[in-house]
Amino acid sequence: MAWWKKSEKKARQPRRERLEIPADVWEKCEACGHTDIREKFERNLNVCPNCDYHRRIRAADYCNLMLDDGSMEELEVELRSTDPLGFPDYPARLKKAITNAGDTDALLACTGMLDSLPVNIGVMDFAFMGGSMGSVVGEKIARLGVRSLERKYPLIVVSASGGARMQEGVLSLMQMGKVSAVLAQLAERRIPYISILTNPTTGGVSASYAMLGDAIIAEPGAVIGFAGPRVIKQTLGQDLPEGFQTSEFLLDHGMLDSVVHRRNLKRTVSQLLRHMSGRPAATGWAAS
Amino acid sequence: MGTSVTLEFEKPIVELEKQIDELKRLAGGQQLDVDQEIEPLQKKLAELRDEIYKNLSPWQRVQVARSAKRPFTLDYLQLVFTDFIELHGDRAFREDAAIVGGWARLEGETVMVIGHQRGRDTKEILKRNFGMPHPEGYRKALRLMKLAEKFHVPVITFIDTMGAWAGLGAEERGQSEAIARNLFEMSRLEVPIIATVIGEGGSGGALALGIADRTNMLENAVYSVITVEGCAAILWKDGKSQEMREKAAAALRITAQDLLELRVIDEIIPEPPGGAHANHETTAQAVHDTLARQIEELRRYKPDKLVRRRREKFLRMGQFLE
Repeated sequence: MAWWKKSEKKARQPRRERLEIPADVWEKCEACGHTDIREKFERNLNVCPNCDYHRRIRAADYCNLMLDDGSMEELEVELRSTDPLGFPDYPARLKKAITNAGDTDALLACTGMLDSLPVNIGVMDFAFMGGSMGSVVGEKIARLGVRSLERKYPLIVVSASGGARMQEGVLSLMQMGKVSAVLAQLAERRIPYISILTNPTTGGVSASYAMLGDAIIAEPGAVIGFAGPRVIKQTLGQDLPEGFQTSEFLLDHGMLDSVVHRRNLKRTVSQLLRHMSGRPAATGWAAS
Repeated sequence: MGTSVTLEFEKPIVELEKQIDELKRLAGGQQLDVDQEIEPLQKKLAELRDEIYKNLSPWQRVQVARSAKRPFTLDYLQLVFTDFIELHGDRAFREDAAIVGGWARLEGETVMVIGHQRGRDTKEILKRNFGMPHPEGYRKALRLMKLAEKFHVPVITFIDTMGAWAGLGAEERGQSEAIARNLFEMSRLEVPIIATVIGEGGSGGALALGIADRTNMLENAVYSVITVEGCAAILWKDGKSQEMREKAAAALRITAQDLLELRVIDEIIPEPPGGAHANHETTAQAVHDTLARQIEELRRYKPDKLVRRRREKFLRMGQFLE
């Protein structure tokens, strides 16, 4: 007896019909051209499933990613930028940015629990005027820092910025001094401060709080530097070497502690904070 | 970048100066008494200088601030201080001549002087890298500040740079970290710090010497978050035309008067008629008197109070709605 029986051939559905997915759910990776359904990008935290290219995500996405479910509380929601210099077009640009990106300015300030540890976290939002740092960004981080001093909560800042906001002139520049002064107080009181760099972190942001973390970690492939690549190209009069000013370049040159995939950000920060604040190791993370 | 060429709006002044010199030369050669003719010319010259310098546009001020005829840090070290001994190197990578510093005396008392240094001739300009420091320059500056703190000596800085250098090596060695570290450490340094913008105060490269208990600006100095050209290039895609530079310079509010109104600086040090370059000695005297007075004021504070007040000062900076 044959040990298998040839069954009747069933009429199969045509392949084309099965894969009939509406065209607008497809997304293409900006870096490698890999095409996949949007949901797959989203489930992968907007990192390309093929090449690990980290797409830019919004400030609220980082808070959701870092903070325990239901623990997030936004702070300093009332702060708004003004036009201290009477700079041409600035009020109109602000209005447009608020319409497009929301009214948190270029930094979302939150408190919440990270892996059951209370933290204060500020996340820059590149969607709001290129993540530029003006008085509101500086003030929000400074207040988060003061809050950290009062409650002894660690401070986390996620940077994504082209630098200081030109439209607030020298007042933007002074925010670098303001935030650095608060971070010095945190250091003196031995309260951990972790700086996370995402694409891009340049100019006055990189030359102040971004590079002052007790630990500095960056997402893969982010552009990080003081001067932007265009400016340096101009001074040099020649093309820049491959990979110049990327996270990996900075790691090689001793400027970062680690380059960390987006999916591992939370556990890395948790691990660092637990070491620095004398708490036991977290349970629940799979050893990896 | 500093140039000895006569500025366009200063040409009438230079013309008149030439005329006076010519007359003097003639008089010297032929034993003639030309005082009667020179006197009205000199009066006119004074008026002209006054008139032109009173009405400088912000962009013209940038040009004055960058002029290579103005006194530089080493000039002030000679004219304001005594007993200067220069200290070199960051003890990590190399010496950066775009920042100079060392022990000196102000009215007999030891101070640590640190400042950006530009050059006047080609050789010196290259040696000083246009007064645009690399990370090692900022690290040297910090080393000297910590040294001053160790021996309870006040720190006096002079700011005179278009900005920190943008280049491969500067990035590789952590320009951002070097500037950030200075901001951080200066905010907690337990000795008085006085910063004076003597020319152009350009962005983070200037601020890295600028976290101070007292910040002064010379009357024609400028202090900005970005160069005027850079601002015009980014916002209006045109950093080269006179018109856009004028527009950007005015929009950024970079003059000493602007910064006083924005409460970023504490004092404006007056320049002689025709600007600091018209008379180095008079300018230096005004700088000397301001620094000497401020040091006396700051010596009254105990270190912890000094630091607390400095922090509070920077925490107040900025404007927003709430």
